[in-house]
Amino acid sequence: MIDKTVDSTAAALEGVTDGATVMIGGFGGAGQPNELIDALIAHGARDLTIVNNNAGNGETGLAALLKAGRVRKIICSFPRQVDSQVFDGLYRSGRLELELVPQGNLAERIRAAGAGIGGFFTPTGYGTDLAKGKETREIDGRMYVLEAPIHADVALIKAERGDRWGNLVYRKTARNFGPIMAMAARLTVASVHEIVELGELDPESVITPGIFVQRVVRVARTVTGPAGFRQAA
Amino acid sequence: MQRLTRDQMAARVARDIPEGSYVNLGIGLPTLVGNHLPPDREIFLHSENGLLGMGPAPAPGAEDYDLINAGKQPVTLRPGGAYFHHADSFAMMRGGHLDICVLGAFQVSVGGDLANWHTGGADAIPAVGGAMDLAIGAKRTFVMMEHLTKSGESKIVERCTYPLTGIGCVSRIYTDLAVIDVTPDGLTLVEAFNGLARAELERLTGVPLHA
Repeated sequence: MIDKTVDSTAAALEGVTDGATVMIGGFGGAGQPNELIDALIAHGARDLTIVNNNAGNGETGLAALLKAGRVRKIICSFPRQVDSQVFDGLYRSGRLELELVPQGNLAERIRAAGAGIGGFFTPTGYGTDLAKGKETREIDGRMYVLEAPIHADVALIKAERGDRWGNLVYRKTARNFGPIMAMAARLTVASVHEIVELGELDPESVITPGIFVQRVVRVARTVTGPAGFRQAA
Repeated sequence: MQRLTRDQMAARVARDIPEGSYVNLGIGLPTLVGNHLPPDREIFLHSENGLLGMGPAPAPGAEDYDLINAGKQPVTLRPGGAYFHHADSFAMMRGGHLDICVLGAFQVSVGGDLANWHTGGADAIPAVGGAMDLAIGAKRTFVMMEHLTKSGESKIVERCTYPLTGIGCVSRIYTDLAVIDVTPDGLTLVEAFNGLARAELERLTGVPLHA
């Protein structure tokens, strides 16, 4: 019997090594797997490269991982936020490397890795500082930039419900990077609020098929709180 | 010289968004446009974190932080709305499926170059988010900004001095003084507000504005 569920977040992170590239789902607080990040801090792996849209909010979750000094480099699109003080401090003091990637390129580079694509030409960023030094090509009269896939050793994602085969469904905009990160990592760990019997998830509605998921762990439901909230100007 | 208020600017932009449009409203000033779309006009609002059919802010107490917009503020979903993952969301942009995107800006050049993501300051922490994808993705990119900086310099320029977000990507500029189209022949004045003469606007802007 195949059972990808594990009993604890600690067991879910077994085998994560120093120097690993770790994708962490979420857009601000929505979809951020806080319990798995806490387990990663407890696990102790260091010298990590983190892939996330942001660079932590407040003092918990990703910000706490940064604060614990476990991260060497972060690949993200939007590090600077009203409450990104942990990142800001580390970056300004030169203790954290930043690779800034336009959000759509970040998503597509992750998707490309999961889909076995060796690179792709995108119009996004052409002629800007973020495309400096990259190969460009004119295709049908338009200019494109060559972007490489981002592979990961581990993906930590948050879903709403899953089963023992690793099939997942998400909740609202907490889906964001979860499905593509699940595809791009050798070891994908999903936290879910509910583990259901095989067949209970409507097969027409499964968002991440279990082939992309290696471990599923149930965590108590907590209400997602505001994170990186910016007042409209 | 009588400037439009921010809400008047938003109402002017909203007038140009037809029924059935798929639209992304950027963070800041463009977000106000949503408040001026008439409820009887069906318009699909896209948010790059994975939703189409975005509705207004929820009533106080009904906030759900799993349902947020690109500015991470709680929003609602209209009946018929949909959720999707990030790669699909940016495929909607990059693939040219969005009709209109409305963005704020530091500067727009005569050739339609956009600068809106980074001041280029030595100790400014850069953050780009979806700005570069939005700039080049929609069929038409509208910029919405004050015409002049606080010190009176034109934000419409011959060449952008701030770091670029996209090249030749802006189709139309809405300011508190005028509506201006970016064309292959340069900038064309569509409308000047409150009786402002084209010659005076041209003097303030510092670049040619064709009639």
